[in-house]
Amino acid sequence: MTRLSAAFSKDHPALVTFITAGDGDTAANLDALVAGGADVIELGMPFTDPMADGPAIQEANIRSLGAGTTTADIFAIAAAFRARHPDTPLVLMGYANPMTIRGGEWFASECNKAGVDGVICVDIPPEEDAELGPLLRSAGIDLIRLATPTTDKARLPAVLDGASGFLYYVSVAGITGLQQAAQTSIDEAVARLKAYTDLPVAVGFGVRTPEQATNIARVADGVVVGSALVELVAQHGSNAAGTLQDYVASLKHAIVAARKA
Amino acid sequence: MTIADPTPNSFRNQPDENGHFGQFGGRYVAETLMPLVLDLERHYRLAKTDPAFQAQFDDLLEHYVGRPSPLYYAERLTEEVRKTAPEGKGAQIWFKRDELNHTGAHKINNCIGQILLAMRMGKTRIIAETGAGQHGVATATVCARFGLPCFIYMGAKDVERQQPNVFRMKLLGAEVIPVTSGANTLKDAMNEALRDWVANVHDTFYIIGTAAGPHPYPELVRDFQSVIGKEARAQMLSRTGRLPDMLVAAIGGGSNAIGLFHPFLDDKDVAMLGIEAAGHGLEKEHAASLAGGRPGILHGNKTYLLQDEDGQIAEAHSISAGLDYPGIGPEHSWLKEIGRVRYDSVTDVEALNAFQLLCRTEGIIPALEPAHAIAAVEREAKKMDRDQIILANLCGRGDKDIFTVAEALGTAI
Repeated sequence: MTRLSAAFSKDHPALVTFITAGDGDTAANLDALVAGGADVIELGMPFTDPMADGPAIQEANIRSLGAGTTTADIFAIAAAFRARHPDTPLVLMGYANPMTIRGGEWFASECNKAGVDGVICVDIPPEEDAELGPLLRSAGIDLIRLATPTTDKARLPAVLDGASGFLYYVSVAGITGLQQAAQTSIDEAVARLKAYTDLPVAVGFGVRTPEQATNIARVADGVVVGSALVELVAQHGSNAAGTLQDYVASLKHAIVAARKA
Repeated sequence: MTIADPTPNSFRNQPDENGHFGQFGGRYVAETLMPLVLDLERHYRLAKTDPAFQAQFDDLLEHYVGRPSPLYYAERLTEEVRKTAPEGKGAQIWFKRDELNHTGAHKINNCIGQILLAMRMGKTRIIAETGAGQHGVATATVCARFGLPCFIYMGAKDVERQQPNVFRMKLLGAEVIPVTSGANTLKDAMNEALRDWVANVHDTFYIIGTAAGPHPYPELVRDFQSVIGKEARAQMLSRTGRLPDMLVAAIGGGSNAIGLFHPFLDDKDVAMLGIEAAGHGLEKEHAASLAGGRPGILHGNKTYLLQDEDGQIAEAHSISAGLDYPGIGPEHSWLKEIGRVRYDSVTDVEALNAFQLLCRTEGIIPALEPAHAIAAVEREAKKMDRDQIILANLCGRGDKDIFTVAEALGTAI
């Protein structure tokens, strides 16, 4: 069983938390996410042109790059995380260019060496899978695909082909951290996706509060929270760990309670 | 992935069915956009073979845009260049006059095609990005003509330095949205337009201004702009009985260049030269993606990009806002790699000199974009024989640039 599949086999839905690498004290913040109860960590790779992200994560990318974060730094953060937390799955999330600029093979090998479990690449759809997919799969790294409100039944098999780890349902047609989806549309979408795949389905985009997390946790296998955490890092700078841990703990409590209620 | 080799005797059948020009192009977009991009391709395939669509496009180009644009022999410029050329050298210089189009540049050709496509797809809201404002003005123009709401994303820095075009767009009924993310220029405007599109896929059509972006944009923009090369080829044959020896065009994203070049790609005796903006010089700040960049993925396609070793995108610089972009259309990357087109660059200073030369010798105030091509024409014509023909695309007029030029020349107006 991989770290990711173990995280989705617990007696409660998984809490998936995102922060941007190199924004604030990343090592301390990652430890805080784990201490707060995060089941899966998504570590954002900063990019100059984050086309799918809203203001919160755009600004985190700018702060991180402004502080001089390199790809080598990100892998060092990941490797150190793996040494401190042998069991918590770590997923890199970002854009195609930084992931492929030295070749997909190089990227897959670095992920492997750093103990990264999975990769989410926003702008490589299944049609361009050759860029990264086969190289990640042969290095034993899960390629996590995104399904969206525009992914219809006819297209879903293409999205699922080559997907592993979990399926990330982007609950709104839009960018990160802004609108939130109506709960009924999430319920319907998750039911539809689960009819097509045995992969765990995690729901993200616009999920900010424990109340939302509770509602999503009633139907989905995972709840992804990103922009709300990134905003805490923005507010508290290099002293964000305590606040992050408390907020993550409140989300976790909401998720665990959802299935007991 | 299917690798479709071009048949050995044609350079004109790209891209392949997945939108690749060799290793370049493709569809690197978020999943939310993917179904829409596939739908656009389906609609474009149908439109391309529909005589009614073509007839409407042709009719608007003739009666609204003012096509065909003239093909003009620049006699005084030719004489001027010959004065400093070696004995027997100094090719005849000709211009394709796309600066005479409605709205003053080649951009309108593409906007007409895309808005017809948008209406065919039932889209009711138009968005676009713009740098200097020329594509924004052309988009606002066709939206006014067809009564569709229009939202133009423009870097806050460009809004400041291109006030006349901002006002034009507003007069035409468009809403201009200043973009304050990133470096506040064209690439950030494109990011913001993509963010709008992803949030409004159900009713919105994105009119991309250059032959770049996810497939099928590079192909359809090229096809709409190919009217330039088709006309030029026929006009040159009818005027001189022969084809030109060399074509020259300026390149930012590369839509005017691919529009001129594409119909000639299989004429093996016609040489082609694409001119990138060398800004302050290739060793300093510039916008020459082919000369100073390497292949990468941005804004939906794989192509040459200005970037650092980690793949972070660099800021471009050119005195010409229309060339100030860190990427280039993927077909140009492919044409460079297979060697069919030669690419070179021209600095801000060289372009300014050529700008003034054309004003004085021909009574034509060119835009700063084609001024780059004119500087290269001067350079190349001197190496060519007097009976040879060099043809450049005069893709825009310079009214929009007089403030920039005045400032560069130290004149207050």
